[in-house]
Amino acid sequence: MTEGPSAASSLQSAPGPFFGEFGGRFVPEALVAALDELTDVYDKARVDPSFEAELIRLARDYTGRPSIVTEVPRFAKHAGGARVVLKREDLNHTGSHKINNVLGQALLTKRIGKTRVIAETGAGQHGVATATAAALMDLECVIYMGEEDTERQALNVARMRLLGAEVIPVTTGTRTLRDAINEAFRDWVANVETTNYVFGTAAGPHPFPAMVRDFQRVISVEAREQMLALGGLPDAVLACVGGGSNAIGSFDAFLDDAGVRLIGCEAAGDGVDTDRHAATLTGGRPGVLHGSRSYILQDKEGQTMPSHSISAGLDYPGVGPEHAWLADIGRAEYWPVTDAEAMEAFRLLSRTEGILPAIESSHALAGAIKLGKELGPEATILVTLSGRGDKDVEQAAQWFDMLPSGDGSDAATSGERG
Amino acid sequence: MSALTDRLDACRAEGRAALVGYLPVGYPDVDTSIRAMVAMVEAGADIVEIGPPYSDPVLDGSVIQLAVARALEAGVRMADTFKAVRAVADAGAVPVVMSYFNPMLQHGLDQFAADVVQSGGAGVITPDLTPDAGEDWVAAARAHDLDTIFLVAPSTTRERMHLTAQASRGFVYATPLMGVTGERAAVGGAGERVVNEAREAGAVNVCVGVGVSTGEHAAQIAKYADGVIVGTALVRCLTDNEDKEAGLNALRLKVAELAAGVRGNA
Repeated sequence: MTEGPSAASSLQSAPGPFFGEFGGRFVPEALVAALDELTDVYDKARVDPSFEAELIRLARDYTGRPSIVTEVPRFAKHAGGARVVLKREDLNHTGSHKINNVLGQALLTKRIGKTRVIAETGAGQHGVATATAAALMDLECVIYMGEEDTERQALNVARMRLLGAEVIPVTTGTRTLRDAINEAFRDWVANVETTNYVFGTAAGPHPFPAMVRDFQRVISVEAREQMLALGGLPDAVLACVGGGSNAIGSFDAFLDDAGVRLIGCEAAGDGVDTDRHAATLTGGRPGVLHGSRSYILQDKEGQTMPSHSISAGLDYPGVGPEHAWLADIGRAEYWPVTDAEAMEAFRLLSRTEGILPAIESSHALAGAIKLGKELGPEATILVTLSGRGDKDVEQAAQWFDMLPSGDGSDAATSGERG
Repeated sequence: MSALTDRLDACRAEGRAALVGYLPVGYPDVDTSIRAMVAMVEAGADIVEIGPPYSDPVLDGSVIQLAVARALEAGVRMADTFKAVRAVADAGAVPVVMSYFNPMLQHGLDQFAADVVQSGGAGVITPDLTPDAGEDWVAAARAHDLDTIFLVAPSTTRERMHLTAQASRGFVYATPLMGVTGERAAVGGAGERVVNEAREAGAVNVCVGVGVSTGEHAAQIAKYADGVIVGTALVRCLTDNEDKEAGLNALRLKVAELAAGVRGNA
């Protein structure tokens, strides 16, 4: 068991702004001063023991870290009998990994001296986490959410409002995450003096990709130790990828463990051979979107294409630049997982282990089923369960046709139990 | 000397600021958008900013967002932008393209510069590209003797003001306020300060845009800037009028009002 190669050749915690040819900062001049200020404050904070101590205290006393790992043997029977271990980010306060990043960025907002935070949200998990941190730290909070997402995640809209945030439905474009990001940038340009943009994923302009990765890195730091305690490093680590924050956080501490395969599961929607998917690394090309150079789903002329996924949190036509780099150098693999495969994994985990996963995380579970069948019973697979499925109950019930149909039948629940 | 610099110098010789008008290509349709640009030239615009639509216009307010979204739905292509550039040049104004970066990148930066020049364009304004992120673009533009116009904002530091003034050719685009494109009741803001800082940093010509919508605004800005840039107020002439001819007439009247403004007759 190596503890990783020397720092000089380490892939861990790459500083940005560029990851290979990806990343950078392609933004209007009006935002440069704010991004410079954020970079500067973050660079100071990361070497300030009092900042780290405060983050650790919040992680322990507020989020509930370290998150546990759970072996799921009944689920694993459907994954070729491999040993499957879940990293339980779903058990964090607010129900997903998003809180890890948000607490860090909210603390930075206080350090900069700004009083208002804005954020984009897709599924609502990042919005809920930001609204939570804003309530905790007495910050004004505005969340931009695509109108289509406010409809498919109505419960999370209510949660954010209960926490005191203003939720603004975005009615432009495809009315999803990508348009919410556009609108948040527009707000930021106009209000940058008082406002910090708490970006939810490891994408966007520098310093966001590296900074968000650093705040999410705790997932793999903990998981690596937990796996060693369980007997050794896993053969593979799987996580779902939209923008890619839980995945990059799940990968980082394993990057120098050459024997550990890193697999990001992208949302393939109806299939990557259709025009209804969000599998950016599988079906996209390099370009610039939302401030950084990465892979994008785009047409020949550079217009961003509409993406599709059953999961609002993965329904994004871009991907974080560090993932683009890891894909290019071959350190990580990115697999497309369709809506149907993800929902089957959702059903299996719910029925075999009593854990309702977020539909986002179900994409990683589907990847684990496939990999387990490939590798067989000798393999150990670590899957990051990035969020819980409470928010997805209505959508899942619809998918499985479990909502009351009026005739009293219960056909949908009579299927094979796992 | 570039066509842009020549035109700005000529306006200065007349004792006035230049009028710079923006319209997106393809709204309400390609032909009408090109007719509208030509109508602006006839009504007194010195420079026309031609905007190829982009799916994610983060620096634009709701009026321009709506127009470009409709243009994209109708199938506008980059080739239509080059057609518009040619039409504006033929009509006697100086054409500049105002484009978000990704469509330029996907076209190929060198090819993009070549195509703008070939169709008679004098420069390119890049709202989401700063000089430090755009070295490849500046090199491509220089190779084709094409002007590069970058933006400065009230938040621009002294150091970045220098960087931007050095990398800009034709003019520097100063925004007087922090925010996306769109009309504002007043355009005071930090316009004069930003223009002065850009000049101190070495910019020869500085034009001011974002928020300008009336002849009165234009007259106010003309006192301290070399050019007055108007976008949303012009686009609105087209979006407010279902009838295309009515839209073009409204546009001519608005441009005439602004042209009087830059001459100090508000």
